[in-house]
Amino acid sequence: MEQAFLIDYFPIFVFIMIAIGISTMAIIASWIVGRQKPDDEKTSPYECGFEPFEDARGKFDVRFYLVAILFIIFDLEVAFLFPWAVSLGSIGLFGFWSMVVFLAVLTIGFIYEWKKGALEWE
Amino acid sequence: MVDFIVNFIVSNPLFYTLVKILSIVLPLLGAVAYLTYAERKVMAAMHLRQGPMMVGPFGLLQPLADGLKLFSKETILPSKSNKVVFVVAPILTFILSLLAWAVIPFDEGMVLANINVGILYLFAISSLGVYGILMAGWASNSRYAFLGGLRSAAQMVSYEVSIGFVMVTVLLTTGSLNLSDIVLAERPFWMDMLLFPMFIIFIVSILAETNRTPFDLPEGESELCGGYNVEYSSMTFALFFLGEYANMILMSCLTVVLFMGGWLPPLGIEISWLSWVPGIIWFGFKVSTILFVFIWARATLPRYRYDQLMRLGWKVFLPFSLLWVVLVAGILVGTNTLPVL
Repeated sequence: MEQAFLIDYFPIFVFIMIAIGISTMAIIASWIVGRQKPDDEKTSPYECGFEPFEDARGKFDVRFYLVAILFIIFDLEVAFLFPWAVSLGSIGLFGFWSMVVFLAVLTIGFIYEWKKGALEWE
Repeated sequence: MVDFIVNFIVSNPLFYTLVKILSIVLPLLGAVAYLTYAERKVMAAMHLRQGPMMVGPFGLLQPLADGLKLFSKETILPSKSNKVVFVVAPILTFILSLLAWAVIPFDEGMVLANINVGILYLFAISSLGVYGILMAGWASNSRYAFLGGLRSAAQMVSYEVSIGFVMVTVLLTTGSLNLSDIVLAERPFWMDMLLFPMFIIFIVSILAETNRTPFDLPEGESELCGGYNVEYSSMTFALFFLGEYANMILMSCLTVVLFMGGWLPPLGIEISWLSWVPGIIWFGFKVSTILFVFIWARATLPRYRYDQLMRLGWKVFLPFSLLWVVLVAGILVGTNTLPVL
């Protein structure tokens, strides 16, 4: 049984190898074919007309972190829902209500975030 | 002779797999090339322009010319960038956009890896897609690329959540994670109607997930000059481009598999004189329809503002799809129509 499962994944393994091969070959081939003539001006970071004043990786909006954190919570929730959704037929009412309780707890958290303004992007 | 070749291919599993993979990858690259052509032609028609018409008859060789041009250009490595990450980012994006195709069923039994957790695999692969973009934005060490990468990542993860909920709703009605089983699952008409709002949410979310208009803020040409891939040139850029369009087609395929009955004739028509049409033709036809909607949206709709984009994702789609999951589950449990494993 275990073996049969793994055999299903064998084509994906081969596919990874081929995908890596194709993309690396494409870049290498193009690097060989195209004329490479770098100079300072050409390889400087792209900005409109003048040299950048400082490193581009400066401060950025904290809300990007917030979105990432919220995403983790909800993505995990979705990951919980996947097995629940396919097996709902066999776990019946008990399974349904336990998930509703779980979702209700998360919804309370969601409402809190909303009221706190974590979802505001003026 | 033909028998001998067929026997050789079938009796050698590795070789057989290779042939199958190539017969996915090569048509896919062709489809991407001609999707860009179709996009330019359709948009031109909507703008009352001609579109590409100089290279070959009706401009049909334009994608090949574009490809050759990209291929022969200089590969620029910006002086302040992290060189390794900078080159790995497009490779990663391209690999992920190819890998997802392993589980898409084009016709009955016509699938590379018929794994039993197909949709979970797709969800995982499409979640990983954000890494390529973040790496590109970070490694470029350019302001535009950095901002574009951040915006793109935030946007993709926001809509990923509602895509997840939509998938869960569909799973409730099919009871299997295998994509072929999802296509073959018999759904009564009222169940399809119940899924219709989720279909709309899914279409809008895949527009946002693939960074297409009206959600193309990461590339917003007029403000970010092209977004996370602004520092890329030549083949490194081409890989991002190919990856993006391959993802568009993939998401259309996923829509077709989840909602539109995959390779089965549309709307369940069982007309005898149409039964000779092979499933893969129907599949291609449905996917093209969705792709046309992508292009149509690009030609018609103005770009969203970033706060509107986030509001739509987090304050409209997320609560609504969450509610709908519970509603559909409740109705299915209540009417005792759940598929039992």
